[in-house]
Amino acid sequence: MSSDILKNDIRPDDELSLQIGERDGIRDKLKRMCRQNPLAAVSAIVILIFILMAIFAPIIAPYGETEPDLLNRLQDPSLTHLLGTDELGRDLFSRMLYGSRLSITIGILPSLISLIIGVIAGLVAGYFGGWIDYVIMRIADVMLSVPSLLLAMVVMYTLGTSTINLFVALTMTGWSSVARVVRSHTLSIKESEYVEAARSIGVSKWKIMFRHIFPNCIPSLIVLFTLNVPSAILSESSLSFLGIGIKVPFASWGLIVNQGRQFLFTQPWLCLAPCVAIMIIVLAFNFLGDGLRDVLDPYMQR
Amino acid sequence: MDDRNILEIRGLRSYFFTEKGTVPAVDGVDIDVPKGSIVGLVGESGCGKSMTVRSIMGLVKYPGRVVEGSMCFDGRELSGLRENELRKICGDDISMIFQEPMTSLNPVMKVGKQVREALMIHDRSISRAEADKKVMEIFEKVGIPEPEKRLECYPHQLSGGLRQRVMIAMAMICRPKLLIADEPTTALDVTIEAQILRLMKELRDETGMSVLLITHNLGVVAEICDYVYVMYAGRIVEQAETFELFDHTAHPYTRGLLDSIPRIGGSAERLHTIPGVVPNLLHLPKGCAFCNRCGYAEEACHKAGGELMEIRPGHKVRCIKPLETEVKA
Amino acid sequence: MSREILLRAEHLYKTYKTGKKGREVHAVSDVSLEIHKGETLALVGESGCGKSTLGRTLIHMLPATAGSVIYKDMDIAAMSDKQFKPYRSKMQMIFQDPYASLDPRMTVRDIIAEPLETYKLCGSREKTTEAVLRLMEAVGIPGEFLNRYPHQFSGGQRQRIGIARAIALRPELIICDEPVSALDVSVQSQVLNLLKDIQKDYDLTYLFIGHDLSVVNFMADRVCVMFLGCICEVADKDELYAKPLHPYSEFLLDAIPIADPHRRNRKRKVISGEIPSPMDLPKGCCFCTRCPYATEECRSIRPELRDIGGRKVACHHPLEGENR
Repeated sequence: MSSDILKNDIRPDDELSLQIGERDGIRDKLKRMCRQNPLAAVSAIVILIFILMAIFAPIIAPYGETEPDLLNRLQDPSLTHLLGTDELGRDLFSRMLYGSRLSITIGILPSLISLIIGVIAGLVAGYFGGWIDYVIMRIADVMLSVPSLLLAMVVMYTLGTSTINLFVALTMTGWSSVARVVRSHTLSIKESEYVEAARSIGVSKWKIMFRHIFPNCIPSLIVLFTLNVPSAILSESSLSFLGIGIKVPFASWGLIVNQGRQFLFTQPWLCLAPCVAIMIIVLAFNFLGDGLRDVLDPYMQR
Repeated sequence: MDDRNILEIRGLRSYFFTEKGTVPAVDGVDIDVPKGSIVGLVGESGCGKSMTVRSIMGLVKYPGRVVEGSMCFDGRELSGLRENELRKICGDDISMIFQEPMTSLNPVMKVGKQVREALMIHDRSISRAEADKKVMEIFEKVGIPEPEKRLECYPHQLSGGLRQRVMIAMAMICRPKLLIADEPTTALDVTIEAQILRLMKELRDETGMSVLLITHNLGVVAEICDYVYVMYAGRIVEQAETFELFDHTAHPYTRGLLDSIPRIGGSAERLHTIPGVVPNLLHLPKGCAFCNRCGYAEEACHKAGGELMEIRPGHKVRCIKPLETEVKA
Repeated sequence: MSREILLRAEHLYKTYKTGKKGREVHAVSDVSLEIHKGETLALVGESGCGKSTLGRTLIHMLPATAGSVIYKDMDIAAMSDKQFKPYRSKMQMIFQDPYASLDPRMTVRDIIAEPLETYKLCGSREKTTEAVLRLMEAVGIPGEFLNRYPHQFSGGQRQRIGIARAIALRPELIICDEPVSALDVSVQSQVLNLLKDIQKDYDLTYLFIGHDLSVVNFMADRVCVMFLGCICEVADKDELYAKPLHPYSEFLLDAIPIADPHRRNRKRKVISGEIPSPMDLPKGCCFCTRCPYATEECRSIRPELRDIGGRKVACHHPLEGENR
């Protein structure tokens, strides 16, 4: 066969596959998402801005994180203090910038760790099946059956309140949903012909899991990750608000809300500003997750 | 419209509007289905044959759209009809059966009930007992063994052949004037295929309905069709009465398809092949769509595609240099 | 053709347990057959007759329930996965669905290189790529498509990639599991020709699983007809097509649609009835429920595979003279 014939190799083999864009690469799909769902694209930009602001907080922030200025307590927003000051005279805008570092880290890092644990657990459970599957999935069921915030609170109470323990608590609640998704994918991909082909060649089990099955789960995992992050951010905020998360004098958005709540009726911005920040980033992640799911998740495609 | 035809398609164009460009899936197709005949529409995957029937039934989905064309069914124009009017005609006088019966049957409803509902929607005055009796009759007619037992089955409890028979029963119960069968036997085994083909032929002889049969298998065409349309890259490339087409094949593509089929009894060392693949409809060659794969292509073929020309009575070919039509040995 | 036996199955059984009530599905029951070196043995039958299961059981892709598979005087059916590993590379497979058998997230290079890398046959990465290019040339995929993904190819080209992967390890036996049934006619003939060429060039033995008897007619040297997990008939291709001895073989042959309208009114026998459930096999001959010639004997005693004029038939009343 000569090569010029092969030039026309992408053909609309079946109208349906063309219709759902199955033949697109991941980059094409992202482009399509930006076009079809501008909200998701805007959300991605918002998230990026938040992350950049968190990274460059020391440069952007006009004041220090824990720098008290008792002469300027409870100031209204002004040009010198963009969002005013709290009861110790700390600049709220600066505190929120620093707080975003913790809040966003705590949103992303435990989600990432739980993603890794969940992927391994799900792959092993799905691929080997039998009692291994049973044990792993029952543990995951237990984790899912306890309200995640309650579980995190129990962990924080028993292990003590520290940032590391907060990570542990949030990871514990996050991995089980990942494991479930990965397991179900593994079960179906395990039966596919290309995995059978790999077995017929003699590729080892672990290699099949990580070279063939895992890469085909990635689209769903991206979606799951973008939906897990906001829930972790919310959990952290709730825990900090309840006083069992981040400790003063460090700042996280939940903690700032907690400290600002007593001035809700006199200086409402102390409380509302971090609330709005939480709301924006959580919504942004959710919109992005929805947008990604529409283009990436094979089960969502019409 | 000719009175002898139950369906007349004229200049049908259905395109997909994708981000990569406009895909002319069906590009100016004319088809006549005479009353009481079985018409075959043959082609390889991606040639637009499924899109053609979906256009008739108003089932083209986004981003596809019927761009133009007239579809005249039994004196009525189908294009331009509103959704519910089209549904009414499709339910009453046109029935369709699909390749994979499992996906077209409701998995959580007993098959007997599904067929009965199809009937009762069509004929609202019929009583339930009467409908049940009719379902029974049709099950017997399409050759379902032990019909009383099968009525109570769910689709997954039936084998592929039986499911296809249920689909045919459902399609036939409203006594349609036209049955559109989209690859009805492709998913079935040869022995079952032979049964289903025989059944369709018998039902045609008995009820006088017309059949538009979509298939990729020229063997199936040779077995039951009266008239054949060969489709390639969204266009009809050859059309003729079945015997005429097989005896005096004029288009190189049709010839190539026929020669590619391994023949029983022949002990050829190699099979004839058509080189290359079906062209991408986004980047069709400038001339004849088949020119890159055609063994007879000349300068002129790459420059301009031919129009459908009548080379013998009732035999039309889209080729500027049709094959010598010697009688096949 | 040499008569050296490459692989021999003896009284092979494969049963699956179904979830409900511990019932068993007999996918393969009491199959004995030989595959000669260098030949193409076709396994034909309708869907669900166990031909794919048999193919996979023969090359240790599925564990056999009972019986043995002899390869080089060793029973590979009794081996553990670890013991079998050295022989794995000698027996490869080509799959039915070219869209499902290639990992969508790997490039053509990685797909074809996978067997080479698994057995560390080429040493460096560059040498592996060279070997991949040679394989691609052998199956007619231009080398410039090395870094493309499967979705950028058409069905026939994908099947060529699958073939390149299967021959990468220089196997002796390749199980072709309906390799062309998902392809269009014009592409099908390209792939069939390629399979024949490759067989010559690489000295291969094929077990060709198929349901299309016209394709089988082109590919096979010998044909083994299966029904419901049992072998009905094994014969040389020409003999079988000229004169089937088992009633089921005859029905299969008669059912093939022929692309010649002048023969549409030929005398053909159309079988009635459906395939019985493999969960409760008939006591006697597995074909007796559909066989028009079945007698009391057929319903009660299962026929053994016996020699009739150099062919093997499992039937009490083979089609000779009186039944025709």
